[in-house]
This record gives sequence, C-alpha cells and structure tokens, in this order.
Amino acid sequence: MSATAITARPEARRRASRLSPPLLIAFSLGAFLVLSAVRTLTGGYDLTSSGTVAAGLSAAVPIGLAGLGGLWAERAGVVNIGLEGMMILGTWGCGYLGWEHGAWPGLLLGTLLGAAGGLVHAIATVTFGVDHIISGVAINIIAPGLALYLTKVTFAHDPGGGQKQSPPINDAKSITLPFSNSLHTLENKHWFAVSDLAGVLGGLVTRLSLVTLLAALVFVVSAWILWRTAFGLRLRSCGEAPYAAESLGVNVYKYKYIAVIVSGACAGLGGAALAISAHQFRDGQTGGRGFIGLAALIFGNWRPGSLAAGAGLFGYTDAIQLRSSSAVHPLLLLMAIALTLVAVWQWRTGQRAIAGIAVLIAALAVFWYFQTDRVPDELVGTTPYVVTILVLALASQRLRMPKADGRVYRRGEGG
Amino acid sequence: MSASPGAAPVGLAGRLRQRYPLRSLLLGLAAPVGAVLFAVLASAVILSLGGHSSSTVFSTMLKQAGRPTPFVDMVNQAMVYYLSALAVSIGFRMNLFNIGVEGQYSLAALGAAYVGGQITGGGPLHLVAEVLVAVLVGAAWAGIAGVLKVTRGVSEVISTIMLNAIAVGLGSYLLHKLGQSSGNNIQTRPISSSGQVPGLSYAGTHAKIFGFIFVAIAVGLAYWFIAGRTRFGFRIKATGLNESAAVASGVNVKRMTLVAMLMSGGVAGLVGLPELLGQTHTFSQTAQSGLGFAGIAIALLGRNSPIGMALAAVLWSFLGKSANQLDFIGVPREIAAIMQGVILLSVVIAYELVRRYRLVLQQKDVAAQLAAAPAAPTTRTVTV
Repeated sequence: MSATAITARPEARRRASRLSPPLLIAFSLGAFLVLSAVRTLTGGYDLTSSGTVAAGLSAAVPIGLAGLGGLWAERAGVVNIGLEGMMILGTWGCGYLGWEHGAWPGLLLGTLLGAAGGLVHAIATVTFGVDHIISGVAINIIAPGLALYLTKVTFAHDPGGGQKQSPPINDAKSITLPFSNSLHTLENKHWFAVSDLAGVLGGLVTRLSLVTLLAALVFVVSAWILWRTAFGLRLRSCGEAPYAAESLGVNVYKYKYIAVIVSGACAGLGGAALAISAHQFRDGQTGGRGFIGLAALIFGNWRPGSLAAGAGLFGYTDAIQLRSSSAVHPLLLLMAIALTLVAVWQWRTGQRAIAGIAVLIAALAVFWYFQTDRVPDELVGTTPYVVTILVLALASQRLRMPKADGRVYRRGEGG
Repeated sequence: MSASPGAAPVGLAGRLRQRYPLRSLLLGLAAPVGAVLFAVLASAVILSLGGHSSSTVFSTMLKQAGRPTPFVDMVNQAMVYYLSALAVSIGFRMNLFNIGVEGQYSLAALGAAYVGGQITGGGPLHLVAEVLVAVLVGAAWAGIAGVLKVTRGVSEVISTIMLNAIAVGLGSYLLHKLGQSSGNNIQTRPISSSGQVPGLSYAGTHAKIFGFIFVAIAVGLAYWFIAGRTRFGFRIKATGLNESAAVASGVNVKRMTLVAMLMSGGVAGLVGLPELLGQTHTFSQTAQSGLGFAGIAIALLGRNSPIGMALAAVLWSFLGKSANQLDFIGVPREIAAIMQGVILLSVVIAYELVRRYRLVLQQKDVAAQLAAAPAAPTTRTVTV
C-alpha cells in the first residue's frame, strides 16, 4: 500500500462525516430565519432580544469552559466526570481571593484550584489506573464538602460572607462597542430578520464582559493547540491509540497528565467565571453545569466548534427561561422542526425506525405546543439533557468519541 | 492451589483456611483498612490546617455513635445506603455503571407516595401497591438507559447522568402538579396508616428503626443468592468479566444488559421507601438527595459483596450522621464528606495496588515452585 493511499482514506472519511462550510452556513442561516419567523409569528420578542442573547452568552461561558475541560481530558483518553467538582473548587477559589482582591486574582486562584482537582484525577486515573468514572465520582463527593468546609473556616465571618457564601465579588470590566446603540434602535423596530439580527449582534457587543472574551480566547487557543500543533496531535493520539502512540515514542503518561490538569483548569476557570457573574461564591452554585458541559461536549461530537455551539444553545435556553418563560413556548415548534429534519436525514440513510421515532417525538412536541400556553419552568431547565439524550438516541451514528476514551492505559501492556 | 490434592483439609477451620488462605485474607483487608486510615490521616491534616483539634473531632464522632438516638439514625441511614449500593452493584456485576440511581429512586419515591396517598384502606395490599409502583418506576427510568444502550449503543454512564438531571426537573414538575401545598412546602397527600411501615423501638430513645430494615436484609440475601448461587447470576458475572466468552457460551448479552439495568433500577426504586413509609409518609422537596452517589461509593468500598457493602454502608452512615454533632464544637461537619470522598478515592487506589501486588506474589510463587522442581516437565511449557 502506498503512503498516499494511507493518508487519503481518513481524509475521505472525514469529509463524509462532517458538514462542509457552505452547508454549515446554509444550515445556520436557515435556523436563524426559522427562529425569526417563529419570533414574528408568535410575538415572543424575547427569543432574539439583545438582553436574552447577552444573558445567554454569559450563561454559556461556564458551560462552554466545562465542556472544553471535558474536551482536553477526553481527547487524551481520560473521561472526566469530576468536572462538576473541579468547577466547585473554581467557584470557591474565586470567592476566596475575589472579594478582597478583585475578579482577576479570583479567576487565577479558581483556575489553579480546578487544576489541582485535575491533578488528583490524573494521579488516580493515570498513575494508579483507577476507573475514570469512579475517580470522578469521588472528586464530585470531595469538592463540595471541601468548598463548604473551607468557606466555614475562612470568609464566613467577613462582612457579607456567610456559612454558605462569600462576601460580594466586584465585577470584571466589560466593554460596549460604539455601534451598539444603533443596533438597539433597529432591534426595537421588530422587523422580520433585520431586528432579530440586530438583537443578536447587540447582545454580543453590549456590555461584553472581559471574562467572556477571555473564555473565547481560551477556546480558540485550545482548539489551535489540539488540532494545529504537534503537541496537540500527540495528545489526541493518546486518546485514540495510546499503545500506537507509545510505540512512536510518545510519553503517554505525560500527555495524559497535562491534558487532565488543563481540563481541571478549564473547569475551574468556568467555575470562577460563574462566581463572578453571580458576584459571589455560593454553595451549590454550579447546579450541575459541569454535567451540562459534558452534555455540550457530546452534543458537539468531541470537537471544539460544535462544542461551543452546544454551550451556546444550552446557555441560551437557560437565559430565555429566566427572562421570560412564555418565550420558551415557541421553542417547542423549533424542536419539532429540528426533529423532522433529523427524521428526513435518517430516512435517507436507511434508518427507517429511528426516523419514525423522530417524527413521533416531533408530533408530540407540536401537539404539546397547541395544547398549552407555556412550558413549565421546571421542565425548561432540563432542555440540555433532553437534547443530549435525543442526539444520542437519534443521531448517534454521527457521534465519534476518541477511540480509547475511558480505557485504562498501562505502559508496555499493549496487545 | 498449592495444597497437594491428596491431603483433604480437616474440619471447618481447615476448609476455611484452604478456601481463604491467610495471606489472601490479609491482603483483602489491607485495602479498605488502609484507605480508612489514610482518610483519617488526611482529614487530620485538613483539620489541623483549619485550626481544629483532630482528636477532639474523632472522639466526638465516636461518642455520638454510642448514644441511642443517633444510633437509630445511623441504622436507618445505613439501610437506605445499603439498598442504593445493592442497586449500583447489580449493574457493576455486568460492567454497567448505573449512575442514575439518584434519579430512579427520587421518581420512584414520588410515584409511590402519590399512589400510596390516593389509596385508603386495602390492608397489606396498600403496601404492596406502593412497593410495586416504586420498583416499576425505578425500573422504567433505568430502562430508558438500558434500551438506549442495547439499541443505539449509548453509554449508560452518559445517559443516566442526563436522566438524573431530567428526573430533577420532572420530579419537581410532577410534585407541583400532583401535590398539595402545606405551609411553604408542596407535598403529596399523606399516606394513611395501612400504607405505612411500623418502626421498631430501641431502648432509650423515641426514634424508631424503620421496619423496612427487613426488606433491606431480604434484598441483600436475594442478591447474595441470585448473584452467587444461580445460573442467571453466573451469566451476569460471566458477561461482565468476558463478554465474548459469554456470547460463545450462549448468553444473549443484549437481553442480559437490559434485564440487569431493569433490576438495578427496580432495586433503586426501593431506596426512598424506608423513609417515606416509615417516617415522612409524604413526598416533598425536602426528601433526601445524594443517596445514589453514596450508593456508588459504598458498592465500590464493599466490592459488590453483600456483607462488604453492609459494612461499608454502616461506615458511611456513621461518618455522615456523627458529623452532625461537630457543629456544636465549632467544626464544620463537611469534614465528614471530605473523609467519605477520600476513603472512596484511596480505597480504589488501594485495591488496584493490592491487585498488582498479588500478581507479583503469584509470579514469585510460580517461580519458586518451578525452581524447587527443576526436573518437572512443566518448566518447558511455562513462559512468563
């Protein structure tokens, strides 16, 4: 077999399994037009208002960073269920330094504590070969206890602090771009598509927190490192075929350690960002966002771009529920449309049964839409999880996680 | 293995010694004991960093276990943990990681409380209906993950994590829909006396041991019997240990996966019942949470053995309950949660180390035997 044949095959497979950029743009444009059509028809202005988009963006940051943490670890073959615990360490770290010294030292300590959580996970899973899920569960048990213990022995008696919370943390600086006012005017016209676009853009550029910018930077840098550098290639090879990587001289232990520590740092940063946007550390603040990050990772098929899209989607549903629960109602129609598209695609690939199930769920969503005026708040909060289950159930052949993800690796024991 | 086949062991002690050699027994104990000692050490360090006296803390906790009321509390908590651990370990036997016990038991308890509250009279059937509903709801919720696993190959870890979170939202929605408000709380209609399980009195306290303890013991016995003494249990274990070998011997892995998941969920459904039927008689948002994750820890600590898990459940409940007293001496009670987590992490590390050490010992034994009998024909075939 010639060298070109070896390299050509994965290339072809990749092209087949990923959407080409024009198709992706067309898809996003179509989704946007449908969204603005639903907004216009139902009068749910909050669907695309700048306020919702801004709130969604700041809700997406911790989710996205947790998901990014998952991406680092799982790309190196270590499943990190402990993201939630590492996020909690991050929120506490931010509270500890943040209330006295401001947001940035808080962010730094939060990131470091998250990294420390990652180090524990790495020691357990990489050095001792403990099952990854078990170690993650243990970290999720230790972290909230540790954070609450430390709260009680540190800042509980400082002004504004309490048994379960830190004193208030000052906000990080935010920037507003000059043209945001005119966008706002345009948004209030409620024109089809134009006002929606203005609302989305306005939400993105008005009072944009520097923490959000930092998160975006971390995302871009991570994606670049993982997919465009030799270091990233080696790291990902540890997640796909560790023994093959070992045979080529890659120090798999080292790469796994780095990946899991960075993973914890990302989660810690996400936790710290959460504490800053809430202006304090509170017990139970993360509320399962580490798990939503994991959901975003799966939704995004273990790739940074679609992971960010997943985080954005989940942050958006979170924000829209808080701003106006009646605005969630039209989302049922959107879900039905998405499911119908899935059904069409699955039918064409020959998966008739799955297409049928997708249509059935879509019909139920439409039925639900016409039977009720609003979706109960309690159920809106479950959106990320329901979407992830639907993706797993209806589109799992498109998902491809790293091959050796979650497997215990011991040097020199490859078959 | 090393005993010569001719010499039959004499008496019970001899047979026990043959089945459980002393060295193996000590190694088996080394891991959990070592982990607990390490956790004590680690928490002592954390306590002294926080400026607390660790000896006062530990003696306060130990004293607490001797008092009647906290003791009853611990027993009650331990039986709940035990049920949760049993549910998790059914999955473990087949290499299934049921993280979803949390969601399964909360929905099951809600269902049982609702149905129990609707029924009046009916005698023992009332109780049967409640337990049945709980088991069915738990099994159904776990069944979603099971079906996704066998039809679409979805990892049960991921799907049960998602189902846990959905259960939280769904549970609170259903509670608002089905419940009635009482004060600030929303709860289901209280269960009448025929649907309650009477408690057992304990000398020196008004607190009662939940009557459900007999059910917990019965489930433990059934687990021991099914897992260790039946063909079904053997097949589950075989599938968990070596799936392709199990397939070759005629096991339908998909069906077994689904059945194991349903059974795990069914037992998980029982987790909320001791408290519901023995004490609160109604389901509200103050119902205990986090039992599913404790169950995972206890199943691991007890290594899926019915007795090991019972001991681990008692330890877990001792740590959790006796720490309540610590608030009175100015020490945050969360130190117990830290200890629990550290025990879990260090016990799995210790088990792994012991496993590796055993391999080394076995290799040494073989090497020693081969060296002692150089003329034996086996030496040529051994390749280490």
